Amino acid sequence: MNEVLASVGVSFAQLGLLVALAPGLSGLIKRMKAVLQGRKGPPLLQSYFDLVKLLRKDAVVSEHATVIFRWAPAVYAGCFATAALLVPVLWWRAPLAGWGDAIALVGLFALARFALALAGLDTGSAFGGMGSSREVAVAALAEPALLLALFAVARRSGGTDLSSASGFFVAQGVAAVAPSQLLALAAMVIVVIAETGRVPADNPDTHLELTMIHEGMLLEYSGRPLGILLWASLLKQIVLFSLVAALFFPFGIAAAPSEIPAALGGFALKLIVLALLMSLVESSSAKLRILRVPELLGAACALAMLALVAEVVVR
Amino acid sequence: MLTWQIDGMSLFFALVVLSISSVTTVYAIGYGRHHHGFPGSGLLYALFILAMLAVILAGDAFTFLLAWETMSLTSFGLVLTDHRRATVRQAAWAYLVMTHTATAFIVAAFLLFARTSGSLVFADWTAHAPALDPFVASIIFVLGLVGFGTKAGMIPLHVWLPRAHPVAPSHVSALMSGVMIKLGIYGIVRLSFDWLAPGPAWWGALILALGATSAVLGVLYALMEHDLKRLLAYHSVENIGIILLGIGVALVGRSLDLPGVIAVGLAAALFHVANHATFKALLFMGAGAIDAAVGTRDLERYGGLLRRMPITGACFLVGSAAISALPPLNGFASEWLTFQSLLTLGRVASEPQTALLPLFAGGALALTGALAVACFVKAFGISFLALPRSQHAAAAREAGALEVVAMGTLAAACVALGLGAAPVVSFIGQIVPSAGAPLAGPALGITGVGSGQLVVPGVAVALVALGALAVSLPRLFGRVRSRVAETWACGITLQPLHEYTATAFAKPIRLMFRDIVRPVRDVGIVHRVGTRFVASVDYRSHIAPVFERYVYVAIKDRLVAIAHVVRRAQNGSLQTYLAYVFAAVLTALLLAR
Repeated sequence: MNEVLASVGVSFAQLGLLVALAPGLSGLIKRMKAVLQGRKGPPLLQSYFDLVKLLRKDAVVSEHATVIFRWAPAVYAGCFATAALLVPVLWWRAPLAGWGDAIALVGLFALARFALALAGLDTGSAFGGMGSSREVAVAALAEPALLLALFAVARRSGGTDLSSASGFFVAQGVAAVAPSQLLALAAMVIVVIAETGRVPADNPDTHLELTMIHEGMLLEYSGRPLGILLWASLLKQIVLFSLVAALFFPFGIAAAPSEIPAALGGFALKLIVLALLMSLVESSSAKLRILRVPELLGAACALAMLALVAEVVVR
Repeated sequence: MLTWQIDGMSLFFALVVLSISSVTTVYAIGYGRHHHGFPGSGLLYALFILAMLAVILAGDAFTFLLAWETMSLTSFGLVLTDHRRATVRQAAWAYLVMTHTATAFIVAAFLLFARTSGSLVFADWTAHAPALDPFVASIIFVLGLVGFGTKAGMIPLHVWLPRAHPVAPSHVSALMSGVMIKLGIYGIVRLSFDWLAPGPAWWGALILALGATSAVLGVLYALMEHDLKRLLAYHSVENIGIILLGIGVALVGRSLDLPGVIAVGLAAALFHVANHATFKALLFMGAGAIDAAVGTRDLERYGGLLRRMPITGACFLVGSAAISALPPLNGFASEWLTFQSLLTLGRVASEPQTALLPLFAGGALALTGALAVACFVKAFGISFLALPRSQHAAAAREAGALEVVAMGTLAAACVALGLGAAPVVSFIGQIVPSAGAPLAGPALGITGVGSGQLVVPGVAVALVALGALAVSLPRLFGRVRSRVAETWACGITLQPLHEYTATAFAKPIRLMFRDIVRPVRDVGIVHRVGTRFVASVDYRSHIAPVFERYVYVAIKDRLVAIAHVVRRAQNGSLQTYLAYVFAAVLTALLLAR
């Protein structure tokens, strides 16, 4: 009984940490971008203020909307909250390790996309349909790239369980650096860019209907449901960053309770490095035309396949 | 004369046939109230189910072929139900030709077995298998694969499937797509695991390659369709591909003598057989209910059906999520196991090419899964959400009680097979011993390769609890209300014409894969007489039928050319025919001398 309570406690601790940090991470990236582009930028905590404001506001719901539109935020948030418990963050073993692995994580991402894409179509607005249509098309290439990269990692570490994979690379130390690992990392970074809706795949700061993907599906949402959806997509971003950290930079993850403060510092450092990478990519490239995005993601698929070849051939 | 046999494998397939057909029969009773078949179609339907059972329980080649032909001919008759329409007759004809070509290949394989083992009884073939010449075994394998693969709808032998399945009455489509094509899989499994000894690794590799091709192309063609039942039929091609991936893994494992690989591959394939039967029958029944309510199979004329047919909509949503392999439903559980089987083979195979093929096939499966999500967002979203796109859709009514009960049963089965994935997989392992032991892990989870494990109920509980938490925690910020208003359409009132269409929805994917699907568009612009002003614009978009054009039409053209040559011998003159008879008699006498 105590064990169950303890694991529930650990689950909520990890989820709480990620949920609390998610808007801050987004604020950090925005601030870094602003500095890189010679602007002043919004305060670091602006994302929190925006979300809290949305959560206090009344919602306007379309007269054509069905239960799909009303339930989609719950499903969307539930998916990423569950996914957040499958990735080891501070403690070497993820709270739900053993219940789901890398493939389950990708499955949860797909379920979230399914719910939100349907919600985009639900109100009958052409903007929603456009966003849904583009989202599923981009994901059609991002998902294979992600899974192929995860396969390369799984084959190397001995299984699809994320905690064991992370633990394997910690134990390997410097020997973990291998051609397959580097290629898989490159593929993963492209996938993270596409999945978090960043330049050059999408633009998180735009509301121009002809260029947007993710924002298109959210266009009919307002008030509290919009706040939940936005917070959940920030959670998705931090989960993806944690996944990259757990599989490619797992060093410093805690294996004993006394190491947790150090692990927290290490995790923050990894997030800052990844945020810097994202802001550099976003500041130094222009958004691709929608029909050129498949080329970028095709490159990610090719990199992931090369990672597999390297993993199988290079000993 | 007729010999029967029953073992774990036939028991499993018989279970699938009987459980799905009992549900579709309930549906058929309701559906038949407004869709009358021809006299005797009920008898034909019953014979069809009986013949499928007989195929599974047959113990020798003669019994098997008799049942196989009965199954093909009764289903041909059922496809012809709406025989007054020319398209239906053409589709049924294509089905008849393909199914008989397939039977010819199966007969050839069986004759080779009979000649080498001296018996028609399956048990004798198994006993004789180790003594079979490897070259003959490979010929038998390829012949059987073509024959059974045609019935299964494997690419490039799939062309009959998207024609014949949509035109049949929906309960028949459900049975054909959900169950009948699985008997092709049954044949492939029997052939490669039972009647033949372990063969070279390229057998399994060939099945893996065909499976990956079928899966990806099947779902791509499905995305290009806006006829709901044709879309579903192409998804059958896709799912047969996924099943073949598991079989391919198991077959390579058999060649390399790796029992663990055989177990996980075969378990994945059989589990997906059961799951696909469940959700495909459900989706076809849903499509039938919509067709009956709206009077068309064209997605572009649906819309807003969730408000008008809420139960059908809920069931169709469950089926859509299941076929898109979304957790925590059954399609996800079996695709997870298929991924694990591919990874297992990719890890334990020693040669690079044997390791890379399943891993790349895993990439193809991931692409298939993502495209399936896209396709069912389209299929469900365009039909059930937003505003009705036609008057008939606006006037649609919920399906009858029996149809609703049948669909609800299968929707519940999709959930149950997903949550109960672990007991189901261990049950499959118990009745089919070669698909067994290494997977019968702890009572709650299924174990794949190494440390990969999945506990579907656990994921489901976490999803529900955390989803509920996400919408209830913000209440700490106080109560908010929600107000109903119009959808924003840039200041004008939203019309059905403003909505995204199914064709538009699939356009990004159509363009991304244009080298494969080869879209063609015809734009006709009519100007007002004597001016540059446009009077009307006519836009048509379709995709080139690649397989039909480059494979089947090419073969047909060859056959016609040969027939033209042969026709010269048949010139209509009596003297020439007498000369042929004379020559034939003379040759016979000389040979028999």
